[in-house]
Amino acid sequence: MANTSLPLAPTQILAALTSALTTGSIRVIDLTQTLTPEFPQIALPPEMGQCWPFRIEEVSRYDERGPGWYWNNFSCGEHTGTHFDAPIHWISGRDLPNNSVDTIPAQHFVAPACVIDCTADVAGNDDYLLSVADIGRYEAAHGRIPKGAWVLMRTDWSKRTDPEAYQNFDATGQHTPGPSTEAVRFLVEQRDVLGFGSEAIGTDAGQGYHLRPPYPCHYYMHGAGRYGLQCLCNLDLLPPAGAVLVCPPLKIEKGSGSPLRVLALVGSAT
Amino acid sequence: MTIPLMRPPRKNPVLRTRQMNLPPGARGRVALGLTAAAAEGRFELQTCEDCNSVQYPPREVCHQCLSPRLQWRAQSGAGVLLSSTTLHHSNDLFFRERLPWTLGMVHLDAGPTVMTHLHGDVGTAPQKVRVGARLDRAGQAVLIAYPQEGDAHMADDKMLREMTSDPKFRKVLVTDGKTEVGQSLVKALVKAGADIVWVGHAEPWKKLGGLEDISALPQVTLVPLDLTNGRSVSELAGEIGGKVDIVINNAEVHRNFGIAARRGTDAAKAEMDINYFGLLRLAQEFGPALMGRSADGETGASAWVNLLSIYALSNFPPHGTFSASKAAAHSLAQCLRAEMRPAGIRVINVFPGPLDDEWNQQMPPPKLAANTLANAVVKALRDGIEDIYPGDVAQEWLERWRDNPKVLERELAAGGG
Repeated sequence: MANTSLPLAPTQILAALTSALTTGSIRVIDLTQTLTPEFPQIALPPEMGQCWPFRIEEVSRYDERGPGWYWNNFSCGEHTGTHFDAPIHWISGRDLPNNSVDTIPAQHFVAPACVIDCTADVAGNDDYLLSVADIGRYEAAHGRIPKGAWVLMRTDWSKRTDPEAYQNFDATGQHTPGPSTEAVRFLVEQRDVLGFGSEAIGTDAGQGYHLRPPYPCHYYMHGAGRYGLQCLCNLDLLPPAGAVLVCPPLKIEKGSGSPLRVLALVGSAT
Repeated sequence: MTIPLMRPPRKNPVLRTRQMNLPPGARGRVALGLTAAAAEGRFELQTCEDCNSVQYPPREVCHQCLSPRLQWRAQSGAGVLLSSTTLHHSNDLFFRERLPWTLGMVHLDAGPTVMTHLHGDVGTAPQKVRVGARLDRAGQAVLIAYPQEGDAHMADDKMLREMTSDPKFRKVLVTDGKTEVGQSLVKALVKAGADIVWVGHAEPWKKLGGLEDISALPQVTLVPLDLTNGRSVSELAGEIGGKVDIVINNAEVHRNFGIAARRGTDAAKAEMDINYFGLLRLAQEFGPALMGRSADGETGASAWVNLLSIYALSNFPPHGTFSASKAAAHSLAQCLRAEMRPAGIRVINVFPGPLDDEWNQQMPPPKLAANTLANAVVKALRDGIEDIYPGDVAQEWLERWRDNPKVLERELAAGGG
């Protein structure tokens, strides 16, 4: 555990942090999926508006279109790839102050993360819902979830590199894990978390439309001004407690979210 | 008796791929009337409105009475073969590479005497024959004399195969296997004797049904292909582009909106991204490979099929943005046709009326069944036709459009489909 007997001045903390980053005693872990055209996007019924998948086209590549340089144009939706959900994304959060990516306080983009390991449960049940009891077991082992922390649901779902297995659709829709209504309310109301993060395509379960209310994680988190992160990976490289997430979304005017790079600062075990 | 086409031997990979030398392709403006009719599978000759005489070759005025009032009219083609000649030498590269080649002189019952290519089943003169017009590899109309009674394999005639794109023993790419049209096309191509049918499969996580049935066919291979993703198109072209003989681009997005019925441009963009840009991406990646193999043996690369819509001719306002995307695709397909002509690759445009599919659920019948459309496409490949308008609605719209496009526009604006 950290030694709290010698409080450091803020400048000393930053100096210690940069020194630890240089020596590697604090490591930076990338929790981001690579943006590729093949990475699946969220699928809604075809009559509804659709989130664009990631698409990329060369502007030039040291050729007649630009002899000395290589660059691309890309297009995507605000909710493509590893991305951030702002409260304005959901109707329950639409009238909150500072609810879009351009107005969220920058202070919120650096925060501790608690990683709840659900891999064993998800291995046997694609529709697994994180329960209040799971949170209780986590806290018994790793301590109380601090106020203003990210809660990340580790499922190893990101290891499904085949898009078909990652999306996991059948005739009844999508089957991916997420939190139960009760767990979301507990995290918002009892723990005052900053947001919820998932490895699957959404913060809610694939069958979340059939929960009450539909999509409870979106409904309660964003209704309370909290955030979402989805399509995360490498959660298996994080400690259950003690990691710090750095995850600023793009500053899109009135943006409901954005693809982003999610980094975790992790103290090395030794 | 035509000798049935046998499966060609595998290509010897150390031999250079032969390049196309086209037959003579220059035609004057008047003569292009013959080509315009042949492009739709008809044999038409100029008929004088004043003296009723039928003439060939096409001219500015009637050869009997000098009247300029000439109309192109469909001909039965019935006639008598007067004489025939088999060429064993030609200085024209196209014919030089395909000798021997037989030509005939036919006296049509309608009046004129015409020079034709002779189908191999036609015996010695004099005898009754039937003359038809076909597009040759240069895309221009030529006349062919067929025997009065054809046999089952007459489509395998060596001369005729130079004019057509029969799927038999050919390798075909169908760009979207997820729709009923795509699946019907695959089945029709397999039935027509296609050697391999590659079937494009976008967004594999979306299950729409029917794909299992066609992928169980031994000729069928599913391939990842998403026309919105340039890299996907480019990778597939790299993998199979050098083997594809016929591309059938049936991928489309269809939404039922005009301008005011849908906020924003997302649905219209999705339509354009597949219907127009998808064709552009596909043509850039697969076009050069097809053109390089258009003289590659008996079953070389030969055709490119675009699924357009009769709405490409005139906007159907309830499906206004779809119509616009198909009009754009039609325009691009004309460019593709012009660019592929030097290689002798036939670009076939298909203009169906409303299909009997999910996005026309609320359209009243008649609606075109997927297998009717698929059979029409295979027939167009076999007959060497360039533009087809399958189904009653398409035929009727075409007639009204030809009669007066402005009147049709007004009728459609007033809700008259």
